[in-house]
Amino acid sequence: MATVAAERRTPESGDDGDRQRLFDAAVAADDRIEPRDWMPDAYRATLVRQIAQHAHSEIIGMQPEANWITRAPSLRRKAILMAKVQDEAGHGLYLYSAAETLGTSRDELLDKLHTGRQKYSSIFNYPTLTWADVGAIGWLVDGAAITNQVPLCRCSYGPYARAMVRVCKEESFHQRQGYELLLALSNGTSEQHAMAQDAVDRWWWPSLMMFGPPDDESAHSAQSMAWKIKRHSNDDLRRRFVDICVPQAESLGLTLPDPDLRWNEERGHHDFGPIDWTEFKEVLKGNGPCNEQRITQRRQAHEDGAWVREAAAAHAAKHTGETGARA
Amino acid sequence: MTPTRTAPALALGDDALILSHRLGEWMGHAPVLEEELALANIALDLLGQARVLLSLVGDEDELAYLREERAFCNVQLVEQPNGDFAHTIARQLYFSTYQHLLYGELARGEGEFSGLAAKAVKETAYHRDHAEQWTLRLGDGTDESHARMRTACEALWRFTGELFEPVEGLGVDPGPLESAWRTSVEEVLGRAGLPVPEGPRTGAWRAGAGRQGLHTESFGRMLAEMQHLHRSHPGASW
Repeated sequence: MATVAAERRTPESGDDGDRQRLFDAAVAADDRIEPRDWMPDAYRATLVRQIAQHAHSEIIGMQPEANWITRAPSLRRKAILMAKVQDEAGHGLYLYSAAETLGTSRDELLDKLHTGRQKYSSIFNYPTLTWADVGAIGWLVDGAAITNQVPLCRCSYGPYARAMVRVCKEESFHQRQGYELLLALSNGTSEQHAMAQDAVDRWWWPSLMMFGPPDDESAHSAQSMAWKIKRHSNDDLRRRFVDICVPQAESLGLTLPDPDLRWNEERGHHDFGPIDWTEFKEVLKGNGPCNEQRITQRRQAHEDGAWVREAAAAHAAKHTGETGARA
Repeated sequence: MTPTRTAPALALGDDALILSHRLGEWMGHAPVLEEELALANIALDLLGQARVLLSLVGDEDELAYLREERAFCNVQLVEQPNGDFAHTIARQLYFSTYQHLLYGELARGEGEFSGLAAKAVKETAYHRDHAEQWTLRLGDGTDESHARMRTACEALWRFTGELFEPVEGLGVDPGPLESAWRTSVEEVLGRAGLPVPEGPRTGAWRAGAGRQGLHTESFGRMLAEMQHLHRSHPGASW
Protein backbone atom coordinates (compact mmCIF):
# COMPACT_ATOMS: atom_id res chain seq x y z
CA MET A 1 0.00 0.00 0.00
CA ALA A 2 2.64 2.49 1.04
CA THR A 3 4.65 1.81 -2.11
CA VAL A 4 1.62 2.31 -4.30
CA ALA A 5 0.80 5.51 -2.49
CA ALA A 6 4.37 6.74 -2.85
CA GLU A 7 4.35 6.14 -6.58
CA ARG A 8 1.03 7.83 -6.87
CA ARG A 9 2.27 10.92 -5.09
CA THR A 10 5.70 11.24 -6.65
CA PRO A 11 5.14 10.87 -10.37
CA GLU A 12 8.25 10.81 -12.57
CA SER A 13 6.87 13.66 -14.55
CA GLY A 14 4.34 16.30 -13.75
CA ASP A 15 4.59 19.70 -12.15
CA ASP A 16 4.07 20.81 -8.56
CA GLY A 17 0.44 21.53 -9.35
CA ASP A 18 -0.14 17.82 -10.07
CA ARG A 19 1.82 16.85 -6.98
CA GLN A 20 -0.11 19.30 -4.87
CA ARG A 21 -3.39 17.80 -6.10
CA LEU A 22 -2.21 14.29 -5.31
CA PHE A 23 -1.01 15.40 -1.87
CA ASP A 24 -4.33 17.13 -1.13
CA ALA A 25 -6.22 14.03 -2.25
CA ALA A 26 -4.09 11.80 -0.01
CA VAL A 27 -4.70 14.06 3.00
CA ALA A 28 -8.42 14.21 2.22
CA ALA A 29 -8.55 10.40 2.02
CA ASP A 30 -6.79 10.10 5.40
CA ASP A 31 -3.79 8.40 3.76
CA ARG A 32 -0.49 8.73 5.53
CA ILE A 33 2.18 10.94 3.99
CA GLU A 34 5.52 9.13 4.08
CA PRO A 35 9.11 10.50 3.94
CA ARG A 36 9.65 9.83 0.21
CA ASP A 37 6.34 11.37 -0.81
CA TRP A 38 6.18 14.84 -2.27
CA MET A 39 4.88 17.36 0.22
CA PRO A 40 4.46 21.14 0.20
CA ASP A 41 7.49 22.99 1.60
CA ALA A 42 5.33 24.67 4.22
CA TYR A 43 3.94 21.30 5.37
CA ARG A 44 7.50 20.00 5.75
CA ALA A 45 8.59 23.14 7.63
CA THR A 46 5.59 23.02 9.95
CA LEU A 47 6.25 19.39 10.79
CA VAL A 48 9.95 19.97 11.42
CA ARG A 49 9.07 22.84 13.74
CA GLN A 50 6.42 20.88 15.62
CA ILE A 51 8.26 17.56 15.91
CA ALA A 52 11.49 19.29 16.91
CA GLN A 53 9.71 21.29 19.57
CA HIS A 54 8.13 18.10 20.79
CA ALA A 55 11.52 16.32 20.93
CA HIS A 56 13.12 19.29 22.71
CA SER A 57 10.28 19.24 25.26
CA GLU A 58 11.04 15.61 26.07
CA ILE A 59 14.70 16.29 26.81
CA ILE A 60 14.25 19.61 28.61
CA GLY A 61 11.37 17.94 30.47
CA MET A 62 13.84 15.51 32.00
CA GLN A 63 15.31 18.33 34.10
CA PRO A 64 12.45 19.28 36.43
CA GLU A 65 11.90 15.61 37.28
CA ALA A 66 15.55 14.60 37.46
CA ASN A 67 15.77 17.37 40.05
CA TRP A 68 14.10 14.94 42.48
CA ILE A 69 15.74 11.63 41.59
CA THR A 70 18.42 11.97 44.25
CA ARG A 71 15.83 12.94 46.86
CA ALA A 72 12.98 10.53 46.09
CA PRO A 73 11.56 9.46 49.47
CA SER A 74 11.32 5.69 48.87
CA LEU A 75 13.23 3.25 46.70
CA ARG A 76 10.06 2.29 44.85
CA ARG A 77 9.34 5.91 43.95
CA LYS A 78 12.96 6.42 43.00
CA ALA A 79 12.84 3.47 40.60
CA ILE A 80 9.59 4.74 39.04
CA LEU A 81 11.03 8.22 38.57
CA MET A 82 14.27 6.95 37.07
CA ALA A 83 12.31 4.77 34.65
CA LYS A 84 10.20 7.73 33.68
CA VAL A 85 13.12 10.03 32.99
CA GLN A 86 14.68 7.23 30.98
CA ASP A 87 11.46 6.92 28.94
CA GLU A 88 11.61 10.64 28.22
CA ALA A 89 15.10 10.32 26.78
CA GLY A 90 13.70 7.50 24.63
CA HIS A 91 10.80 9.67 23.47
CA GLY A 92 13.31 12.34 22.53
CA LEU A 93 15.13 9.77 20.42
CA TYR A 94 11.97 8.60 18.60
CA LEU A 95 10.99 12.17 17.88
CA TYR A 96 14.40 13.29 16.62
CA SER A 97 14.33 10.25 14.33
CA ALA A 98 10.88 11.22 13.07
CA ALA A 99 12.12 14.77 12.43
CA GLU A 100 15.16 13.43 10.58
CA THR A 101 12.89 11.72 8.02
CA LEU A 102 12.02 15.25 6.90
CA GLY A 103 15.59 16.01 5.91
CA THR A 104 17.03 17.62 9.01
CA SER A 105 19.45 16.19 11.58
CA ARG A 106 19.45 15.84 15.35
CA ASP A 107 22.62 17.94 15.54
CA GLU A 108 21.01 20.74 13.58
CA LEU A 109 17.88 20.66 15.75
CA LEU A 110 19.87 20.60 18.99
CA ASP A 111 21.87 23.54 17.75
CA LYS A 112 18.63 25.44 17.15
CA LEU A 113 17.44 24.57 20.64
CA HIS A 114 20.72 25.68 22.21
CA THR A 115 20.69 28.99 20.36
CA GLY A 116 17.03 29.70 21.14
CA ARG A 117 15.85 29.38 17.53
CA GLN A 118 13.51 26.52 18.40
CA LYS A 119 11.31 26.26 21.45
CA TYR A 120 10.20 23.62 23.90
CA SER A 121 7.00 23.40 25.92
CA SER A 122 6.55 26.39 28.23
CA ILE A 123 5.55 24.09 31.09
CA PHE A 124 9.13 23.00 31.75
CA ASN A 125 10.08 26.54 32.70
CA TYR A 126 8.36 26.06 36.05
CA PRO A 127 10.38 24.75 39.02
CA THR A 128 9.83 21.51 40.95
CA LEU A 129 9.87 22.79 44.52
CA THR A 130 8.61 19.77 46.46
CA TRP A 131 8.32 16.03 45.97
CA ALA A 132 4.60 16.45 45.26
CA ASP A 133 5.51 18.38 42.11
CA VAL A 134 6.69 15.08 40.64
CA GLY A 135 3.15 13.75 41.11
CA ALA A 136 1.53 16.91 39.79
CA ILE A 137 3.69 16.75 36.67
CA GLY A 138 2.68 13.14 36.11
CA TRP A 139 -1.01 13.74 36.64
CA LEU A 140 -1.49 17.17 35.07
CA VAL A 141 1.41 17.77 32.71
CA ASP A 142 1.50 14.25 31.31
CA GLY A 143 -2.30 14.24 31.31
CA ALA A 144 -2.35 17.41 29.20
CA ALA A 145 0.36 15.98 26.95
CA ILE A 146 -1.69 12.82 26.37
CA THR A 147 -4.82 14.83 25.58
CA ASN A 148 -2.75 16.69 22.99
CA GLN A 149 -0.92 13.67 21.67
CA VAL A 150 -3.57 10.98 21.33
CA PRO A 151 -5.11 12.77 18.32
CA LEU A 152 -1.57 13.02 16.85
CA CYS A 153 -1.59 9.22 16.55
CA ARG A 154 -3.83 9.93 13.54
CA CYS A 155 -1.69 12.78 12.22
CA SER A 156 -1.26 12.82 8.42
CA TYR A 157 2.51 12.39 8.59
CA GLY A 158 3.23 8.67 9.09
CA PRO A 159 6.51 8.74 11.04
CA TYR A 160 5.14 11.28 13.52
CA ALA A 161 1.88 9.39 13.96
CA ARG A 162 3.73 6.12 14.61
CA ALA A 163 6.09 7.78 17.11
CA MET A 164 3.02 9.13 18.92
CA VAL A 165 1.50 5.67 19.28
CA ARG A 166 4.58 4.49 21.17
CA VAL A 167 4.96 7.70 23.17
CA CYS A 168 1.30 7.75 24.25
CA LYS A 169 1.43 4.22 25.64
CA GLU A 170 4.29 5.12 27.96
CA GLU A 171 2.85 8.54 28.82
CA SER A 172 -0.43 7.04 30.02
CA PHE A 173 1.57 4.85 32.33
CA HIS A 174 3.45 7.87 33.72
CA GLN A 175 0.21 9.74 34.15
CA ARG A 176 -1.31 6.95 36.25
CA GLN A 177 1.85 6.77 38.35
CA GLY A 178 1.71 10.53 38.97
CA TYR A 179 -1.92 10.26 40.00
CA GLU A 180 -1.09 7.39 42.33
CA LEU A 181 1.80 9.38 43.87
CA LEU A 182 -0.56 12.29 44.61
CA LEU A 183 -3.16 9.91 45.99
CA ALA A 184 -0.64 8.50 48.45
CA LEU A 185 0.27 12.02 49.58
CA SER A 186 -3.33 13.17 49.73
CA ASN A 187 -4.20 10.20 51.97
CA GLY A 188 -1.00 10.55 54.00
CA THR A 189 -0.12 12.86 56.85
CA SER A 190 -1.50 16.39 56.95
CA GLU A 191 1.91 17.69 55.82
CA GLN A 192 1.86 15.36 52.85
CA HIS A 193 -1.69 16.35 51.96
CA ALA A 194 -0.75 20.03 52.10
CA MET A 195 2.27 19.32 49.92
CA ALA A 196 0.03 17.67 47.30
CA GLN A 197 -2.49 20.53 47.34
CA ASP A 198 0.24 23.14 47.01
CA ALA A 199 1.70 21.33 44.00
CA VAL A 200 -1.68 21.11 42.26
CA ASP A 201 -2.27 24.80 42.99
CA ARG A 202 1.00 25.70 41.28
CA TRP A 203 0.75 23.34 38.28
CA TRP A 204 -2.94 23.65 37.34
CA TRP A 205 -2.87 26.89 35.34
CA PRO A 206 0.45 26.23 33.61
CA SER A 207 -0.97 22.84 32.55
CA LEU A 208 -3.98 24.52 30.94
CA MET A 209 -1.56 26.78 29.08
CA MET A 210 0.04 23.70 27.50
CA PHE A 211 -2.80 23.61 24.96
CA GLY A 212 -1.56 26.86 23.49
CA PRO A 213 -3.23 30.22 22.89
CA PRO A 214 -6.99 30.52 22.45
CA ASP A 215 -8.29 29.53 19.00
CA ASP A 216 -8.71 33.09 17.77
CA GLU A 217 -5.04 33.83 18.50
CA SER A 218 -3.45 30.59 17.35
CA ALA A 219 -1.27 31.40 14.35
CA HIS A 220 -0.75 27.90 12.94
CA SER A 221 -3.99 26.17 13.88
CA ALA A 222 -6.11 26.58 10.76
CA GLN A 223 -3.40 25.40 8.37
CA SER A 224 -2.37 22.50 10.64
CA MET A 225 -5.97 21.35 10.86
CA ALA A 226 -6.38 21.54 7.09
CA TRP A 227 -3.28 19.38 6.71
CA LYS A 228 -4.57 17.00 9.38
CA ILE A 229 -1.44 17.48 11.44
CA LYS A 230 -3.70 18.81 14.13
CA ARG A 231 -7.11 17.25 14.66
CA HIS A 232 -8.76 19.45 17.27
CA SER A 233 -8.46 23.09 18.22
CA ASN A 234 -6.52 24.28 21.28
CA ASP A 235 -9.68 25.31 23.10
CA ASP A 236 -11.44 22.01 22.33
CA LEU A 237 -8.57 20.01 23.77
CA ARG A 238 -8.33 22.29 26.80
CA ARG A 239 -12.06 21.84 27.52
CA ARG A 240 -11.70 18.09 27.15
CA PHE A 241 -8.77 18.11 29.62
CA VAL A 242 -10.65 20.15 32.23
CA ASP A 243 -13.62 17.79 31.99
CA ILE A 244 -11.31 14.83 32.60
CA CYS A 245 -9.46 16.44 35.52
CA VAL A 246 -12.38 17.65 37.61
CA PRO A 247 -13.64 14.21 38.71
CA GLN A 248 -10.06 12.99 39.12
CA ALA A 249 -9.30 15.88 41.48
CA GLU A 250 -12.38 14.93 43.49
CA SER A 251 -11.29 11.35 43.88
CA LEU A 252 -7.83 12.57 44.84
CA GLY A 253 -9.42 14.67 47.58
CA LEU A 254 -7.72 17.78 46.21
CA THR A 255 -9.18 21.01 44.92
CA LEU A 256 -8.39 22.84 41.69
CA PRO A 257 -7.40 26.49 42.21
CA ASP A 258 -10.21 28.07 40.21
CA PRO A 259 -13.22 29.68 41.93
CA ASP A 260 -15.05 29.90 38.58
CA LEU A 261 -14.83 26.18 37.86
CA ARG A 262 -18.31 24.61 37.66
CA TRP A 263 -20.35 22.26 35.52
CA ASN A 264 -22.36 23.90 32.76
CA GLU A 265 -25.35 21.68 32.08
CA GLU A 266 -26.26 23.53 28.92
CA ARG A 267 -22.86 23.16 27.24
CA GLY A 268 -22.13 19.76 28.72
CA HIS A 269 -18.71 21.01 29.81
CA HIS A 270 -17.13 22.70 32.79
CA ASP A 271 -16.85 26.46 32.74
CA PHE A 272 -13.54 27.69 34.04
CA GLY A 273 -11.91 30.98 34.90
CA PRO A 274 -9.73 33.12 32.65
CA ILE A 275 -6.18 32.03 31.89
CA ASP A 276 -3.42 34.55 32.53
CA TRP A 277 -2.19 34.90 28.96
CA THR A 278 0.24 37.61 29.99
CA GLU A 279 2.11 35.08 32.08
CA PHE A 280 2.00 32.60 29.19
CA LYS A 281 3.52 35.14 26.80
CA GLU A 282 6.21 36.11 29.30
CA VAL A 283 7.23 32.47 29.75
CA LEU A 284 7.30 31.97 25.96
CA LYS A 285 9.48 35.06 25.62
CA GLY A 286 12.02 33.52 28.00
CA ASN A 287 10.96 35.28 31.19
CA GLY A 288 9.55 32.30 33.09
CA PRO A 289 11.06 31.17 36.38
CA CYS A 290 13.44 28.57 34.88
CA ASN A 291 13.95 29.42 31.20
CA GLU A 292 17.52 30.55 31.71
CA GLN A 293 18.40 27.66 34.01
CA ARG A 294 16.94 24.97 31.72
CA ILE A 295 18.69 26.09 28.58
CA THR A 296 21.96 26.75 30.41
CA GLN A 297 21.98 23.22 31.82
CA ARG A 298 21.20 21.77 28.38
CA ARG A 299 23.96 23.76 26.72
CA GLN A 300 26.36 22.92 29.51
CA ALA A 301 25.69 19.18 29.22
CA HIS A 302 26.24 19.43 25.48
CA GLU A 303 29.47 21.45 25.79
CA ASP A 304 30.84 19.32 28.63
CA GLY A 305 30.11 16.23 26.55
CA ALA A 306 31.79 17.49 23.35
CA TRP A 307 35.07 15.69 24.08
CA VAL A 308 33.16 12.43 24.64
CA ARG A 309 31.35 12.67 21.32
CA GLU A 310 34.62 13.60 19.59
CA ALA A 311 36.31 10.58 21.16
CA ALA A 312 33.53 8.27 19.97
CA ALA A 313 33.77 9.68 16.44
CA ALA A 314 37.59 9.43 16.39
CA HIS A 315 37.47 5.86 17.68
CA ALA A 316 34.87 4.88 15.09
CA ALA A 317 36.92 6.46 12.31
CA LYS A 318 40.04 4.53 13.36
CA HIS A 319 38.18 1.26 13.45
CA THR A 320 35.91 1.44 10.42
CA GLY A 321 36.11 -1.65 8.31
CA GLU A 322 36.92 -3.85 11.26
CA THR A 323 34.49 -6.71 11.42
CA GLY A 324 32.71 -7.69 14.57
CA ALA A 325 35.55 -10.09 15.44
CA ARG A 326 35.79 -8.60 18.89
CA ALA A 327 32.15 -9.14 19.71
CA MET B 1 18.11 -13.80 58.53
CA THR B 2 21.20 -14.85 60.46
CA PRO B 3 24.06 -12.38 60.87
CA THR B 4 26.25 -14.37 58.47
CA ARG B 5 23.65 -13.92 55.75
CA THR B 6 22.86 -10.32 56.69
CA ALA B 7 26.41 -9.05 56.27
CA PRO B 8 26.84 -10.06 52.62
CA ALA B 9 23.31 -8.96 51.63
CA LEU B 10 24.00 -5.53 53.13
CA ALA B 11 27.44 -5.30 51.53
CA LEU B 12 26.21 -6.14 48.02
CA GLY B 13 22.95 -4.23 48.49
CA ASP B 14 24.73 -1.06 49.63
CA ASP B 15 27.17 -1.27 46.71
CA ALA B 16 24.27 -1.38 44.26
CA LEU B 17 22.23 1.28 46.07
CA ILE B 18 25.03 3.81 46.26
CA LEU B 19 26.31 3.36 42.72
CA SER B 20 22.74 3.60 41.44
CA HIS B 21 22.38 6.91 43.24
CA ARG B 22 25.59 8.29 41.76
CA LEU B 23 24.49 7.28 38.24
CA GLY B 24 21.11 8.92 38.88
CA GLU B 25 22.97 12.20 39.35
CA TRP B 26 23.89 12.07 35.64
CA MET B 27 20.31 12.40 34.45
CA GLY B 28 19.89 15.52 32.39
CA HIS B 29 23.68 15.98 32.21
CA ALA B 30 24.94 13.18 29.95
CA PRO B 31 27.11 13.91 26.88
CA VAL B 32 24.61 12.44 24.44
CA LEU B 33 20.98 11.32 24.59
CA GLU B 34 21.90 7.66 24.21
CA GLU B 35 23.99 7.91 27.39
CA GLU B 36 21.13 9.49 29.32
CA LEU B 37 19.34 6.26 28.52
CA ALA B 38 22.24 3.91 29.17
CA LEU B 39 23.26 5.42 32.51
CA ALA B 40 19.64 5.54 33.68
CA ASN B 41 19.20 1.95 32.60
CA ILE B 42 22.23 0.79 34.57
CA ALA B 43 21.14 2.85 37.57
CA LEU B 44 17.73 1.19 37.47
CA ASP B 45 19.20 -2.30 37.25
CA LEU B 46 21.39 -1.56 40.27
CA LEU B 47 18.49 -0.10 42.21
CA GLY B 48 16.53 -3.26 41.48
CA GLN B 49 19.38 -5.39 42.81
CA ALA B 50 19.66 -3.18 45.90
CA ARG B 51 15.96 -3.52 46.66
CA VAL B 52 16.07 -7.31 46.49
CA LEU B 53 19.19 -7.52 48.64
CA LEU B 54 18.12 -4.99 51.28
CA SER B 55 14.73 -6.67 51.53
CA LEU B 56 16.51 -9.85 52.56
CA VAL B 57 17.81 -7.94 55.57
CA GLY B 58 14.80 -5.84 56.55
CA ASP B 59 12.69 -2.94 55.30
CA GLU B 60 14.40 -1.54 52.21
CA ASP B 61 13.42 2.06 52.96
CA GLU B 62 14.43 1.98 56.60
CA LEU B 63 17.77 0.57 55.56
CA ALA B 64 18.32 3.09 52.77
CA TYR B 65 16.99 6.19 54.46
CA LEU B 66 17.49 5.80 58.18
CA ARG B 67 21.01 4.45 58.56
CA GLU B 68 23.82 6.90 59.09
CA GLU B 69 27.07 6.99 57.24
CA ARG B 70 28.92 4.69 59.64
CA ALA B 71 26.34 1.94 59.17
CA PHE B 72 26.68 1.67 55.39
CA CYS B 73 28.89 -1.19 54.17
CA ASN B 74 29.43 -0.34 50.51
CA VAL B 75 32.93 -0.24 49.11
CA GLN B 76 34.38 3.23 48.80
CA LEU B 77 34.71 2.89 45.01
CA VAL B 78 30.96 3.19 44.39
CA GLU B 79 30.55 6.32 46.51
CA GLN B 80 33.22 8.24 44.60
CA PRO B 81 31.79 11.36 42.94
CA ASN B 82 30.93 11.12 39.24
CA GLY B 83 33.68 13.50 38.13
CA ASP B 84 33.84 13.79 34.35
CA PHE B 85 32.48 11.10 32.04
CA ALA B 86 35.86 9.33 32.10
CA HIS B 87 35.75 9.03 35.90
CA THR B 88 32.27 7.61 35.72
CA ILE B 89 33.35 5.10 33.08
CA ALA B 90 36.50 4.09 34.98
CA ARG B 91 34.39 3.52 38.10
CA GLN B 92 31.96 1.47 35.99
CA LEU B 93 34.77 -0.55 34.43
CA TYR B 94 36.31 -1.46 37.76
CA PHE B 95 33.03 -2.13 39.50
CA SER B 96 30.98 -3.84 36.80
CA THR B 97 33.85 -6.21 35.98
CA TYR B 98 34.00 -7.15 39.67
CA GLN B 99 30.25 -7.41 40.00
CA HIS B 100 29.86 -9.52 36.87
CA LEU B 101 32.55 -11.96 37.96
CA LEU B 102 31.17 -12.10 41.49
CA TYR B 103 27.58 -12.74 40.42
CA GLY B 104 28.80 -15.32 37.93
CA GLU B 105 30.51 -17.12 40.80
CA LEU B 106 27.47 -16.81 43.07
CA ALA B 107 25.12 -17.98 40.33
CA ARG B 108 27.17 -21.13 39.86
CA GLY B 109 26.93 -21.97 43.55
CA GLU B 110 23.97 -23.14 45.55
CA GLY B 111 24.18 -20.55 48.29
CA GLU B 112 21.75 -17.95 49.56
CA PHE B 113 22.40 -15.59 46.65
CA SER B 114 22.43 -17.95 43.68
CA GLY B 115 18.88 -17.08 42.62
CA LEU B 116 19.28 -13.33 42.56
CA ALA B 117 22.79 -13.68 41.16
CA ALA B 118 21.42 -15.60 38.18
CA LYS B 119 19.31 -12.58 37.24
CA ALA B 120 21.92 -9.99 38.13
CA VAL B 121 24.63 -11.69 36.11
CA LYS B 122 22.71 -10.90 32.91
CA GLU B 123 22.37 -7.25 33.87
CA THR B 124 25.98 -6.88 34.95
CA ALA B 125 27.18 -8.47 31.68
CA TYR B 126 25.51 -5.58 29.91
CA HIS B 127 26.99 -3.01 32.33
CA ARG B 128 30.44 -4.49 31.87
CA ASP B 129 30.13 -4.39 28.08
CA HIS B 130 29.00 -0.76 28.22
CA ALA B 131 31.97 0.20 30.41
CA GLU B 132 34.46 -1.73 28.28
CA GLN B 133 33.20 -0.21 25.04
CA TRP B 134 33.50 3.30 26.45
CA THR B 135 36.94 2.57 27.89
CA LEU B 136 38.02 1.62 24.37
CA ARG B 137 36.41 4.68 22.80
CA LEU B 138 37.89 7.09 25.30
CA GLY B 139 41.30 5.42 25.63
CA ASP B 140 41.65 5.01 21.88
CA GLY B 141 39.77 8.15 20.81
CA THR B 142 41.34 11.60 20.83
CA ASP B 143 44.41 12.83 22.75
CA GLU B 144 42.12 14.59 25.18
CA SER B 145 39.91 11.58 25.83
CA HIS B 146 42.97 9.38 26.24
CA ALA B 147 44.46 11.74 28.81
CA ARG B 148 41.19 12.02 30.71
CA MET B 149 40.62 8.27 30.75
CA ARG B 150 44.17 7.65 31.92
CA THR B 151 43.77 10.18 34.74
CA ALA B 152 40.47 8.63 35.78
CA CYS B 153 41.79 5.07 35.79
CA GLU B 154 44.74 6.16 37.91
CA ALA B 155 42.64 8.23 40.30
CA LEU B 156 40.27 5.37 41.10
CA TRP B 157 42.86 2.59 41.16
CA ARG B 158 43.46 2.99 44.88
CA PHE B 159 39.86 2.03 45.60
CA THR B 160 40.00 -1.29 43.76
CA GLY B 161 41.85 -3.32 46.38
CA GLU B 162 38.88 -3.15 48.68
CA LEU B 163 36.70 -5.05 46.21
CA PHE B 164 38.58 -8.22 47.17
CA GLU B 165 38.45 -7.95 50.93
CA PRO B 166 36.70 -11.13 52.05
CA VAL B 167 33.02 -10.66 52.91
CA GLU B 168 32.08 -12.99 55.70
CA GLY B 169 29.22 -15.31 54.79
CA LEU B 170 29.39 -14.66 51.06
CA GLY B 171 31.13 -17.93 50.33
CA VAL B 172 33.32 -16.57 47.54
CA ASP B 173 37.08 -16.97 47.58
CA PRO B 174 38.41 -13.47 46.80
CA GLY B 175 41.76 -14.75 45.47
CA PRO B 176 40.61 -16.24 42.15
CA LEU B 177 38.06 -13.43 41.80
CA GLU B 178 40.80 -10.86 42.06
CA SER B 179 43.04 -12.54 39.54
CA ALA B 180 40.18 -12.90 37.04
CA TRP B 181 39.39 -9.21 37.58
CA ARG B 182 42.99 -8.16 37.03
CA THR B 183 43.30 -10.20 33.87
CA SER B 184 40.12 -8.74 32.44
CA VAL B 185 40.79 -5.11 33.38
CA GLU B 186 44.38 -5.28 32.16
CA GLU B 187 43.24 -6.74 28.87
CA VAL B 188 40.67 -3.97 28.32
CA LEU B 189 43.10 -1.23 29.32
CA GLY B 190 45.67 -2.77 26.97
CA ARG B 191 43.26 -2.76 24.03
CA ALA B 192 42.36 0.84 24.86
CA GLY B 193 46.05 1.80 24.76
CA LEU B 194 45.97 2.73 28.43
CA PRO B 195 48.68 1.78 30.93
CA VAL B 196 47.72 -0.31 33.91
CA PRO B 197 47.94 2.07 36.89
CA GLU B 198 50.92 1.40 39.11
CA GLY B 199 49.90 2.96 42.40
CA PRO B 200 48.87 1.08 45.52
CA ARG B 201 45.42 -0.44 45.50
CA THR B 202 44.66 0.67 49.03
CA GLY B 203 45.63 3.88 50.83
CA ALA B 204 48.00 4.22 53.77
CA TRP B 205 44.95 4.25 56.04
CA ARG B 206 43.62 1.25 54.14
CA ALA B 207 41.02 2.32 51.61
CA GLY B 208 39.48 -0.97 52.37
CA ALA B 209 37.25 -0.07 55.21
CA GLY B 210 33.96 0.79 53.48
CA ARG B 211 32.62 -2.60 54.47
CA GLN B 212 33.31 -1.63 58.10
CA GLY B 213 31.46 1.67 57.71
CA LEU B 214 34.48 3.91 57.17
CA HIS B 215 33.80 6.09 54.16
CA THR B 216 35.19 9.04 52.24
CA GLU B 217 34.13 12.61 52.92
CA SER B 218 31.76 13.12 50.00
CA PHE B 219 29.63 10.17 51.11
CA GLY B 220 27.96 11.92 54.05
CA ARG B 221 26.87 14.79 51.84
CA MET B 222 25.46 12.33 49.31
CA LEU B 223 23.45 10.61 52.05
CA ALA B 224 22.21 13.95 53.36
CA GLU B 225 20.65 14.65 49.97
CA MET B 226 19.32 11.14 49.54
CA GLN B 227 17.74 10.89 52.98
CA HIS B 228 16.54 14.39 53.81
CA LEU B 229 12.94 14.14 52.57
CA HIS B 230 12.32 10.72 54.04
CA ARG B 231 13.78 11.81 57.39
CA SER B 232 11.72 15.03 57.39
CA HIS B 233 8.49 13.02 57.57
CA PRO B 234 9.05 10.29 60.15
CA GLY B 235 6.71 7.36 59.73
CA ALA B 236 5.05 8.67 56.58
CA SER B 237 4.43 6.38 53.65
CA TRP B 238 5.03 7.45 50.10
